[in-house]
Amino acid sequence: MARFTPDNLELAHEIISRYPRKKSAVIPLLHLGQEQDGYVTNEAMEHIAELTEVTAAEVIGTCTFYEMFKTHPVGKYVINVCTNISCQLNGGEELLEHLEETLDIRSGGTTADGMFTIEDYECLAACTEAPCMQVNYRYFHRISNDEVDGVLSDIRSGKLADTIPEHGVLQRVRQTIPAGKLAGIAPPETVVDAPVWMARNEPILAARAAAKAAEEAAAANKATEATEANEKGDA
Amino acid sequence: MTDTQPETEASVTIVVDGQEVAARPGELLIDACERAGTYIPRFCYHERMKPVGMCRMCLVEVDTGRGMGLQPSCMIPVAEGMTVDTQSEITKKAQDGILEFLLINHPLDCPVCDKGGECPLQDQTMAYGPGESRFVEEKRHYEKPIPISDTVFLDRERCILCDRCTRFAKEVAGDPLIHFQGRGNQTEVNTFPDEPFSSYFSGNTVQICPVGALTAKPYRFKARPWDLEETESTSVADAVGSRITVQSSRNQVLRYMGVDSDPVNWGWLSDKERFSFEAFNSDERITEPMARSGGDLEPVSWGAAIAAVGDALKNTDPSRLGIIGGARLTNESQFAFTKLAKGVLGTDNVDAQLGDGLPAELVLGLPRATIDQACAPGGTIILMGPDPKETLGALFLRLKHAAVEDGATIIEVTPHRTGLGQYAAHHLHPLPGETAALAAALVAETPALDTAGVSADAITAARAAIAGDGPVTVILGRASVAESAAVIADAALSLTSIPGVRFLSALSRSNVHGALDMGMSPGLLPGRSTLASGTANWPNTPSTAGMSTAQMLQAAADGSLDTILLLGADPISDFPDTDLAERALANATVIAVDLFETASTDHADAILPAAAPQEADGSFTNLEGRVTKISRKVTPPGTARPDWIIAAELAMAAGGDLGIESLDDVWAQIAAVSPAHAGIDTASLDANQRDGVVVEGTLDLPAASGVSPAVADAYAYRLVVSRRMYDAGTILANSPSSAHLASGTALHLHPVDFDALGLDRGAEVTVSSATGSVSLPVEPSGDVPRGVAAVPANQGDIVVGTLIAVGDVATNVRVERGDS
Repeated sequence: MARFTPDNLELAHEIISRYPRKKSAVIPLLHLGQEQDGYVTNEAMEHIAELTEVTAAEVIGTCTFYEMFKTHPVGKYVINVCTNISCQLNGGEELLEHLEETLDIRSGGTTADGMFTIEDYECLAACTEAPCMQVNYRYFHRISNDEVDGVLSDIRSGKLADTIPEHGVLQRVRQTIPAGKLAGIAPPETVVDAPVWMARNEPILAARAAAKAAEEAAAANKATEATEANEKGDA
Repeated sequence: MTDTQPETEASVTIVVDGQEVAARPGELLIDACERAGTYIPRFCYHERMKPVGMCRMCLVEVDTGRGMGLQPSCMIPVAEGMTVDTQSEITKKAQDGILEFLLINHPLDCPVCDKGGECPLQDQTMAYGPGESRFVEEKRHYEKPIPISDTVFLDRERCILCDRCTRFAKEVAGDPLIHFQGRGNQTEVNTFPDEPFSSYFSGNTVQICPVGALTAKPYRFKARPWDLEETESTSVADAVGSRITVQSSRNQVLRYMGVDSDPVNWGWLSDKERFSFEAFNSDERITEPMARSGGDLEPVSWGAAIAAVGDALKNTDPSRLGIIGGARLTNESQFAFTKLAKGVLGTDNVDAQLGDGLPAELVLGLPRATIDQACAPGGTIILMGPDPKETLGALFLRLKHAAVEDGATIIEVTPHRTGLGQYAAHHLHPLPGETAALAAALVAETPALDTAGVSADAITAARAAIAGDGPVTVILGRASVAESAAVIADAALSLTSIPGVRFLSALSRSNVHGALDMGMSPGLLPGRSTLASGTANWPNTPSTAGMSTAQMLQAAADGSLDTILLLGADPISDFPDTDLAERALANATVIAVDLFETASTDHADAILPAAAPQEADGSFTNLEGRVTKISRKVTPPGTARPDWIIAAELAMAAGGDLGIESLDDVWAQIAAVSPAHAGIDTASLDANQRDGVVVEGTLDLPAASGVSPAVADAYAYRLVVSRRMYDAGTILANSPSSAHLASGTALHLHPVDFDALGLDRGAEVTVSSATGSVSLPVEPSGDVPRGVAAVPANQGDIVVGTLIAVGDVATNVRVERGDS
């Protein structure tokens, strides 16, 4: 539970180097800290503050604004159960109660073995699929109590290890930007020309435009030929 | 935000409640309405900070051409033809609704809240709010008040999340150590755990908090606002001369509040200024005259004390008599003591500075800048002096604002990085002792060479900034007491060749600029005049210049000076060479006029208790030369009396007469001898209370002394001894909430130099110079350049003054492992 490991520190420097201002890296680094320790520790926030040259108060202000950053330990699997109106009408509260009984913890709590945390959540934006829940932000739609039991035992047996990584793990969505694709780190106030990526896209756009023009020309030709043929036919 | 635009500028016409009003282009609607006499209620908006539209209290109906609609008036600039209705039913309903929302989580503990009675939330609820709440649910609860710093307490239940304190911390002070945390209903202001809001300016957040969420320890539960009496005055905690209101109850001062003086402090105060009243209330004050009999200081009557001291002064040969100090005094008292010394006793051995300042002729001879001129948009500011954040808090806030908001370019010419460093465009850190060489290089015509440890490229870049279009101002003072004043004087004289350059003095000790204007310096008379040029027609005025503090102390140590009168001065703590001060005071007859017993008064043979600034009327001269009024609010403790009365009585006892029976008498005499002060008297000071009057007039500049740069020797490091805001100074040491804030003495080295020692942080090292040696802990610091050893001055634990030999161009030191 601590500052970044040497490997992660290297990664942190790489992430910071992507931005013209170090401060911009605060949120990506918070993700990195959460991935390392399962939640964002105070030590990690202090380390992020040092690396990005802001105060620790600014880092914790940013961190606590986002629900998905946890500032206290949570289980390896965080289960969010929606109890907002659509889900409530379709059994969301019963679902939550069932989970609480099954895992013997209250909403917001973590099981003694550190496996599960249950959270009573507001709308998960899947109202047509009510009742719904998330396990580490992976959706389970129109889920029944029995199906929940199945999910829990699948997680325990490791069956879902491929689909649901442990809480905080981002490896599968980690952005890796090839050197040739970096957008440049010039401070915004110094940029007068169009952004680098625009210039890079220009040949692609030009090729696309040329292809489209050629296509249109071909279609027009065809149409003319057809008309001419018709005219000939009429004649 | 600032009232700098002239009235004549083009205006836009808006309609406020049916009346046509001329507004300034770009002005915010809320300000335009207020200037037109229509106050729009607000919580988050503050005229010295950027608007955020956070609280929604200033919603009014505005028509900008698309029909009437509710808009926050703090967020929209005026536009031609804009129509505003601040009294409509819809506006009133909005105000009522916003207040009902703000009160949902507010605890309504007004009867036990310090803010009750002066609370904008309370007042505006009465004026604009609903009679009762419809919210019957549970309010949010937090632990009641938590300390967020040593002096500031936070009650999160009362907070309405207006963003004033957090904006102040980030935008104004540059110390974003408090921040919104959480979101939605759980949003709160807080610090990072175990990282307190230790800003030098934290007290301002208490003053601008529109509810009772932030309270300052010295005032908590001390009074109710309706029991307070107040008077406007000037802070004497440093040389900025910030305007304050002194608020008291039952003859005891309970707090100072910042007053918005447009040319000076914009309403802000440093915590040192804000809480300095605590010292004046202290039980440690000297309340009656004391004289030494049989080894101990015993209380005596004023009559006996004055007679004895008068005899001692009269019976000392004028050339063997010296007066040290006087920066604590009001202008009037300074004049009285100058006249006592130079008119009655016939000695010119008078020096208000304690060897840590600059030659008086230099400060008075250079073209002076006001703070406004220094902070002019697009100007260039050369900081060649102490860290303003540490020594002149309110000036620091103005300089930071100039750099961040008004495009001023700051060039640091200091021995190490200062608190202004992060806002500076150029960082030139000359080796101590070689500042003059660097200054010469900055104004030279020839291509730049590496000078004084600064690269040629950095000098060339700084030259370009100096040659820019904007006005150039030099903030001039002594960054380090371990570097001689002559070096800085020569550097300043070099910089006078910059076209149109002006200087803002950064001497920091209280009313030191008043002391110089009143002639409390060898060779000077009141009104920025010299013994030769002065018009004071006093008997006994000496014809040749007397001794400076350093010379007086040296003479006393050598036995050629017999009597020293200390005017609120503590040379043992403040004179750079502690050894010399000790020997001098031990050797001489010492008479002290002071508020407190100090290390120096331990040597006193008689002590006369003086009144503090809040206990006597008078005036103050700030670093611009601006004279403002100091107002009496309470009576002095015991029999302490104003300094000028003490001077007048001593004159009588010594067989002379100052001809002073009131402050009006003093000003009449000043007017007679000082053309520079023409037009200033008690009436004009009352009339110009807020902004005061700037004294004009200069002396001839002294010639450069041409000191040669310090020579490096076997000692590897150059010593820098610089002042911090919190030290063991007399006023701070007697302020309960500030006394423990001194950082303690540690040696700061560049990280590479630190690593070369191979020690842990905080390990003891021995620092030795040609004159002495001390042991102190060592810390790495990125602010310190290679080859420099930086130590804070006067922290009260370790005496570093023994390392310094007064008069040396710079102090070379050796740093060794272990405590010798």
